[in-house]
Amino acid sequence: MNPVTAAGTPTRRAVAGDSPDGSLQFTGVSKRFDDGTLALLPVSFSALPGELVAIVGPSGCGKSTLLRLAAGLTSASTGTITVGARNAGYVFQDPTLLPWRSVRRNVELLGELHGVPKPERRAAAAAAIAAVGLAGFEDKYPRSLSGGMKMRASLARALTMSPDVFLFDEPFGAVDEITRERLNDELLRLFQARRFSALFVTHSVTEAAFLASRVLVMSERPGRILADLDVPFSYPRLPELRYDPAFAQVTGKIGAALRAGPDGSPR
Amino acid sequence: MTAVNSAGPAGAGGAAGAGRAAPGNLADPDGWDQLVPAAPRRSRTRAWRAVLPPLVTFGCFIGLWYLVSYGLLSPSRRFLLPPPQQVIQGGFLTWSQFSQILDGLALTAKAAAAGFVIATVVGIAVAIAMSQSKAIERSIYPYAVVLQTIPILAIVPLIGFAFGFTFRSRVLVCVLIALFPIVTNTLFGLLSADHGQHDLFTLHGAGRWKRLWKLQFPGALPSIFTGLRISAGLSVIGAVVGDFFFLQGEPGLGALINLYSNRLEPDQLYAAVIVASLFGVLTFALVGLIAQRVVGGWHESARGRDRA
Repeated sequence: MNPVTAAGTPTRRAVAGDSPDGSLQFTGVSKRFDDGTLALLPVSFSALPGELVAIVGPSGCGKSTLLRLAAGLTSASTGTITVGARNAGYVFQDPTLLPWRSVRRNVELLGELHGVPKPERRAAAAAAIAAVGLAGFEDKYPRSLSGGMKMRASLARALTMSPDVFLFDEPFGAVDEITRERLNDELLRLFQARRFSALFVTHSVTEAAFLASRVLVMSERPGRILADLDVPFSYPRLPELRYDPAFAQVTGKIGAALRAGPDGSPR
Repeated sequence: MTAVNSAGPAGAGGAAGAGRAAPGNLADPDGWDQLVPAAPRRSRTRAWRAVLPPLVTFGCFIGLWYLVSYGLLSPSRRFLLPPPQQVIQGGFLTWSQFSQILDGLALTAKAAAAGFVIATVVGIAVAIAMSQSKAIERSIYPYAVVLQTIPILAIVPLIGFAFGFTFRSRVLVCVLIALFPIVTNTLFGLLSADHGQHDLFTLHGAGRWKRLWKLQFPGALPSIFTGLRISAGLSVIGAVVGDFFFLQGEPGLGALINLYSNRLEPDQLYAAVIVASLFGVLTFALVGLIAQRVVGGWHESARGRDRA
């Protein structure tokens, strides 16, 4: 579908609840905010089941808007979005923990909102807390946790609902490099164990290349997709991969795509 | 190392101490014994640092009182501000007077407590209603401001005429004075929940009530307590003011203050004023204590030492 016809298409966001295969499809999706700002030119892409797609771009390029569209937090101006998931896990840029709840009760929150019986959500929370390596910190309050630990708790909270699709909105943007690498390693371990599909928004080229099986490079606002690059490394990926010359080649390609202007010319 | 050892009780002269330094430090906790008492000493210092400044202020205040009383006022005008010991003697140590003040305090406290409880319930309910709909907020807010800006003193007599010079009217004055801070602070708290947290609740299909009880209300608690602390003091003022104007029925502190000033009994007058303000301080502190118990575990503002 080309942008011209897409402009006249009414918005549709289909949630394929009966066939949760974890696929994601954007067709000619654009977004203009109420104040008239054009955030997103019509974009089309899809993520296959079990695929981890990273979206890289400069800040304000509309990559977070893509995620909010996928989650249904905002509606598209044109185009169709299909999310093949019973539920999508959203991990925000901020940990968005409730400061008056302990880690355990924060992780239980989604179960509470969905009316999951207490013993079940207790068990799901305990499993998720263990999966992100926060066992032993269940009774701590968010303010006594480090930034990385808060992000882990936030991730655990999303895990409790066993989502088929994960939407990550620069989740590790605010933590230091060392913590970020460790969290990336652990996220990949989770990804392998659970094989959800995911969109992972980031402004770090290294992070994108290390995590993703495909990288979408976006332009500055109004955002559009400049390049769709495959990352040719199989999972599991070891931390040492980051220092591999082949890895540097991939990040180099992503970097080049980022530096190229909207018209494809280098800037 | 050497310094610790030679300064310790086991330190036997410079050279010997230095010679024993290594084994001494491994085997005995002498060095630690010296370090350990330092901790309570430091906490005692900290306690002093907390208590000393207000004590100094208090001392200055008493000094100023004496200065005005003996220095500025001629003996014939000293009744305007009798010296502290005279107030203590006449107002606090003369039982017939002091028991009258205590009876007044009991009545005032009852009115203030009733007014405070009603203002809390009504204030929080109104703020919750306002937080749920822009239309409700817009239709109520201007009048909440009006309530705050009309001179309560001017309408106190009107309340008396309308509702009788009863306990009920005294409570009503308290409610009118104490309501506004609770409404505004609660509303502010309810509306200040983080965007991302709201998104989280939206994503997981949380309705109005779940959002209110699991996100907005608990998040608003620190602000609510800020409002309650202000209003606790205000409702004491309301009780005294209402009483001061009504002058009928059993006399509370306000009526007594009026009585003492008409009778030119400065000792009792100052004693009553001091009792009224001490009671205000007490309620303020009490609400602070409750706030500490409720939100102290997770919120910074409720902690004692949030500033250096």
